[in-house]
Amino acid sequence: MKQILSGNESVARGCYEYGVHIATAYPGTPSTEVLENIAKFPEINSEWCPNEKVAFEVAMGAAFEGARSIVVMKHVGLNVAADPFVSVSLIGAPGGLVVVSADDPGMHSSQNEQDNRFYAKFAGYPCIEPSDSQEAKEFIGQAFDISIRFDVPVLYRMTTRVCHSKGIVSCGERNECGIAGFFPNPQKFVVLPSHARLRRQWADDRLQKLMEFVETSDLNRIDDGNGDIGIITHGVTYQYVKEIIPDFPVFKCGITYPLPVEAIRKFAHDKKQLLIIEELEPFIESELKTAGIRCEGKKYWPHCGEMSPDTVTAGLILAGIRKAVKTVPVPEPVIPRPPVFCPGCPHRGVYYILSKLKARVCTDIGCYTLGALPPLNSGDTCVEMGASIGVAVGMAKARKTGRGIVATIGDSTFLHSGMTGLLNAVNDNAGITVIIMDNSITAMTGGQLHPGSGRHLNGSEAPKMQFAALCQALGCDRIKVIDPYEIKQTESVLKEALNSDELSVIITNRPCALYPHENRRLVRQAPFRVNEDQCIGCHACMRVSCPAVSESDNRTAKGKTKSHIDTVLCTGCSVCAQVCPVNAIERMSENNDFRKDP
Amino acid sequence: MEGRALTMQEHITNILIAGVGGQGVLLASELLSDAAFLSGSDVKKSEVHGMAQRGGVVTSHVRFGIRVYSPLIPSGQADVLLAFEEAEAKRWMYFVKTEGRIVINQKRLKPPVAFLKGFEYPADPVKDVKENHGHVLVVPATEIATTLGNPRTANMVLLGALSGYLEITDSLWENAIRNRVPAETVPVNLDAFHEGRKLTS
Repeated sequence: MKQILSGNESVARGCYEYGVHIATAYPGTPSTEVLENIAKFPEINSEWCPNEKVAFEVAMGAAFEGARSIVVMKHVGLNVAADPFVSVSLIGAPGGLVVVSADDPGMHSSQNEQDNRFYAKFAGYPCIEPSDSQEAKEFIGQAFDISIRFDVPVLYRMTTRVCHSKGIVSCGERNECGIAGFFPNPQKFVVLPSHARLRRQWADDRLQKLMEFVETSDLNRIDDGNGDIGIITHGVTYQYVKEIIPDFPVFKCGITYPLPVEAIRKFAHDKKQLLIIEELEPFIESELKTAGIRCEGKKYWPHCGEMSPDTVTAGLILAGIRKAVKTVPVPEPVIPRPPVFCPGCPHRGVYYILSKLKARVCTDIGCYTLGALPPLNSGDTCVEMGASIGVAVGMAKARKTGRGIVATIGDSTFLHSGMTGLLNAVNDNAGITVIIMDNSITAMTGGQLHPGSGRHLNGSEAPKMQFAALCQALGCDRIKVIDPYEIKQTESVLKEALNSDELSVIITNRPCALYPHENRRLVRQAPFRVNEDQCIGCHACMRVSCPAVSESDNRTAKGKTKSHIDTVLCTGCSVCAQVCPVNAIERMSENNDFRKDP
Repeated sequence: MEGRALTMQEHITNILIAGVGGQGVLLASELLSDAAFLSGSDVKKSEVHGMAQRGGVVTSHVRFGIRVYSPLIPSGQADVLLAFEEAEAKRWMYFVKTEGRIVINQKRLKPPVAFLKGFEYPADPVKDVKENHGHVLVVPATEIATTLGNPRTANMVLLGALSGYLEITDSLWENAIRNRVPAETVPVNLDAFHEGRKLTS
């Protein structure tokens, strides 16, 4: 049966067909839909974990028990899971362990552009790279075969373009596999130094065997062609190469670590020139050059940013293989559309006040990072998951006071890796203010559940973690829970906390406006409209940065544009009405609430 | 007709759909790729998720033909640009072939930052597009959809307008729509689609 599937859906389909038992993940674009789609197969036990390290460890334990296990994360998630990822190298993964890392060339939705193929080399694991949806499904089977045969975790490297592109996939039935159980062997599973030293040679031998294996693996493929210029490529870049120069001989690497060096040497033998067209770092190129194979790659193609048919062409022109053609005229800049908080977003009021109070804001990874953009301009630092609290404490140490310093962190990020930062802040007597922006969901990635959501991925009820109780247990005694829709209360609580030398924790309590999984009425009320007779065109309401509020076509006597509210978009949160100095924004009666759900 | 169909067999048809998060760009591109798939073509489709839901720019590339490799359209190769918003038509017009077509929804969405200096909305984006391209069709999709009873089906009006330029039969489009939208909204979506299709076929 054929279906149109995205790369992420195809990985999930592969997990179903190739008998995967256990799947874990922490959400992260572009990887999120993998677990969401695996969860549609009741045969697979799947669950979100609080972070990638825990997700890895759960999958690892399942693989120790002999279960086919998969763990999914975005590229930077592997930094969080790096400790177990590398440490398990000397143990192995008897049941089969596949680690999906979704890299984000071009940084469509990430803080960096790291090339995770280096992690495979670092740990001595095979790195498999599918180039489209069909391969994303098929290669899962091969990844498990390799993992089980060589007792090694496999790094399954996807990229944004493979994850989020759709293509036609041939689907099959599930092959059920048994779970062998755990066979106690302390010398293997307990990595005391004395045991680990013995395993070190084993791991090296394993890599040698993998190097022999890849020379003949059908994950790598040669497309015959004309001419004496050979192309070596991988991942989605292969598709661009086939699009632009379909007649060239191509060596397509489905495994990019270890590389089939001898097979490539043979391929290069009768070629005048060997070109490496790869996305991000010169990984293949360096490996081949180390092996003494003459080739060129990054001389013509960029080592940062996402590849595309256009960048492949540009490199071919630089290399003198393609003649420069009349280029498409560069478009003049059109208005940017910086992403903003959704209508009804509970973060809006908090950032409006932080901006007004000119606080030093150490923010974190999530929707609320958008508070750093104009017009709110409230966010001074953002590094990686959970960094906000540690950074705020460090700033306070250097400044010798925590007054005016705020860490803003979302609920999911706090549970991911903010708790230890807060524990440290307590221990340090840091006088900072920590705002936990609890919308009870992992919002930025599309509304995934976490231990504070109170529900499992399969819909059943789960224990609901309580933030105030947790912070109290960590040693915080100044904890306030506020409604971020109440601007006056938010301002007075924040003011008090910012002017204090004590550690303050403020927890906001409105659910996400997009994913209010418990009570929709908390974020959906009758919309507001602008009474244009009263509007003075001061634009105060526009400074709360809401997509529902824009300039009207009408002007005041002084020629200023009045404001307009799109009542279809407005969710009735009232923040704009609260900041209007002349009460020109009024709620429409419930009867006028004509919004209907799509 | 046969001549046009033959061209489609030999070449890849490239459709770029562009708009703003929340306008229904992704549903339209799903339906287009479903319909192309049902017609027996190889299909690839690509878009970037992430910030799209938060008022950002959304684009979706849909390509179909006998064998499609790249999920992305090379710039200057789009046969049709379907723009859900006027400024987005201007932003993406450089993707369209000289002889390609541009369908523009008569709709302006000013981002919340438009009141700030340096973020001004273009004075007349449609005029700018027309100055650069010969085959431009402006569709009052929201107006048509509202007349039909639901402004949220403007995306279906636009998809219908696009469909007139493609060699995919009516029944395949209907199947694609029936398979993907909630059962109770099938009639209203089909009405909107057919109203748009009338504009170009």
